[in-house]
Amino acid sequence: MRLSGAEILMECLRAEGVDVFFGYPGGVVLPLYHKLGAYPDVKHVLVRHEQAAAHAADGYARVSGRTGVCLATSGPGATNLVTGITTAHMDSVPIVVITGNVARDLIGRDGFQEADITGITLPITKHNYLLMRASEIAQAVKEAFHIASTGRKGPVLVDIPKDVFIEEADWDGYPTDVSLRGYPIMDIPRDDEVAVAADVINSAKKPIIIAGHGVVQSGAAAELRQLAELADVPVLTTLLGISGFPDDHPLSFGFLGMHGHFYANMAADRADVVIGIGMRFDDRAMGRFKDFNPTARIVHIDIDPAEIGKNFHTHAPVNGDVRETLLRLLPRLEPVSHPQWRAEIEAIKADHPTNYIDEGTAVTGPWLVQALAEETEGQATVVTGVGQHQMWGAQYYPYTRPRQWVTSGGLGTMGYEVPAAMGAQFAQQEPVWSICGDGGFQMTSQELQTVREHDLPVRFAIFNNGFLGMVRQWQELFYENNYHSVDIGQPDFVKLAEAYGIPGLRATTRAEARQVIREAEALDGPVVIDFQLEPEENVWPMVPAGAALSETIESAEDL
Amino acid sequence: MASRNTIVAHVEDRPGVLARVASLFRRRGFNIESLTVGQCEEPGLSRMTIVVDGDDHQVDQVCRQLFKLIDVVSIFDITYEPMVDRELALIKVSATNFNRREVLDVVEMFRADVVDVHSDSLIVQILGDEGKVNAALGMFQQFGVLEMVRTGRVAMRRGVETSKPPPVSDSQQAAAAVRAMLGRRPEGVLPFASD
Repeated sequence: MRLSGAEILMECLRAEGVDVFFGYPGGVVLPLYHKLGAYPDVKHVLVRHEQAAAHAADGYARVSGRTGVCLATSGPGATNLVTGITTAHMDSVPIVVITGNVARDLIGRDGFQEADITGITLPITKHNYLLMRASEIAQAVKEAFHIASTGRKGPVLVDIPKDVFIEEADWDGYPTDVSLRGYPIMDIPRDDEVAVAADVINSAKKPIIIAGHGVVQSGAAAELRQLAELADVPVLTTLLGISGFPDDHPLSFGFLGMHGHFYANMAADRADVVIGIGMRFDDRAMGRFKDFNPTARIVHIDIDPAEIGKNFHTHAPVNGDVRETLLRLLPRLEPVSHPQWRAEIEAIKADHPTNYIDEGTAVTGPWLVQALAEETEGQATVVTGVGQHQMWGAQYYPYTRPRQWVTSGGLGTMGYEVPAAMGAQFAQQEPVWSICGDGGFQMTSQELQTVREHDLPVRFAIFNNGFLGMVRQWQELFYENNYHSVDIGQPDFVKLAEAYGIPGLRATTRAEARQVIREAEALDGPVVIDFQLEPEENVWPMVPAGAALSETIESAEDL
Repeated sequence: MASRNTIVAHVEDRPGVLARVASLFRRRGFNIESLTVGQCEEPGLSRMTIVVDGDDHQVDQVCRQLFKLIDVVSIFDITYEPMVDRELALIKVSATNFNRREVLDVVEMFRADVVDVHSDSLIVQILGDEGKVNAALGMFQQFGVLEMVRTGRVAMRRGVETSKPPPVSDSQQAAAAVRAMLGRRPEGVLPFASD
């Protein structure tokens, strides 16, 4: 059967089981949009800015565990995707990005709306394609989904010139196989590496697990729990590892890092064996590298061989998929218990509980997250932006279900919260709570229109303190209280919501806040809530930039 | 140990592969001393010989990051293997009737060849390892080097062992082969990225 390039692409997306994708039309993708009507089951969601399309695909992927898809036209459409692609790349999120390009004979001639998007995205994609024939589309799309969703997951971009959408080629059905010689699947770990790791863990007196995004992504939460319980190992998570281990488990000791729980940082610093699982020993998590627990032996389990030994000398490296590795590690572990070690961490936790919820009436970040947790019974999927509200969301909400927590960790993308929550909402029925900063919300609030059109029940909770809070906190603590460009003006968020036809609520006291959370929960569609917070509240504890985890401070007096 | 390591990579012969490799070196801050690309015994693949300046940990990272490129089929660090390495240089030496004989004496001593003669210059083609080319270049400098070009290193392991990519096979075997290629673990104290 002969089909146009546009039809072949849509057949491929349908065959991949893509039920929704996020896009924005433009000149060179018109031949594709011309055919979209024939594929109603592959639902196209028109966003209001291409950056949102990439973030929405990312949010969809993180919550559903499937590969997200987005689409943009050439030139500015494609370059607007860059922040979203980089966000997904830094956090290893599987998305497939389709871009149009100018017709083949115009490539390289600086035609109208031409951008070298494959060149631009070289360092921020796992792989990318520029297709010069319609006959290449099917195999390339098959490979793109395969590459994005296997190994260490990540974004793959497919760039298609306008006339390739129009060109006809044979369609013999969606390819079933990929043959990528330079891309072997490395899921199964080597036995000898597993054996060494088991020996190190079995000989530990004060072991600690640091669970990362890899645990969530490989679906290994149950295996992680078995491991922790069998070998009696306290579990910390990274920022992205949150929700991979239930916060209400007795072996759960929070997340570590710059704004991690105090006791988590201390536990990581005092352990004799650190077991990193599906994480990459990032500087924000580990503090100053050379002073991170110099005596600990490190076990590192990761799917990406390049991560092993990148930042730390690893004593027991295991290269493999987290779940496959844990399944092979479990039978080799001796059931032990470490009551003294647990008691040591519990004692630190009792003295330094990382609980800054006071008894006042003013709305504070920690109190508000706790109130949200109580009103949603800890069951909500939470999406955040980047900054103070993100850290409070990480610290105070009790996550118990994998994929319940969605945040931009590696890149730290402000404005992520609105479109990512939108994408996440397409992956589930239950309402998504988007914890927004008043700065980040203003970056991407145009997507309220998209949310309205699709009547998505996203609850946008703006943590409105009138400041770019995290930047302000740094100016206060490290730049002599010299505030500059952080007192961020804003529209009336309630009226803004209403202008989009979305109910807007406001709360200035704790009593009001609890009331509006309940009102919001009763609504079927979207809602925007302007929570007016204490303007100059800081996030504690904190590892100052360049300090070690052992130097975690709990208030400005410790500086 | 800081050294100049010789890496042999086989890559898919496709547009943009060189840009991917170069982009990775730039992005990760690795230093390329030389990079040569050309055909190899297998159609559809190109062979790169990359000389990298760095300590063992950095070179290990180079190999691991390069291998993550989908178009890189195999990668071997053959620095510590018995190997033959060669480069070719063309050196345009200033030479006139008065000193041409002297120049030719040097050419002979290095078993180089003269491939062009002009009244005021000649082009010497020299083949050898880096040390030999450096030494010859040093000798020619006394006459005046007008122009010089070096190809950069190509290298091959001695004996029956090769640096060829593993055959296309099932993914378990392929993964094992890859891990063997990347087998050299960093040892000792690592440099810390935050320093």
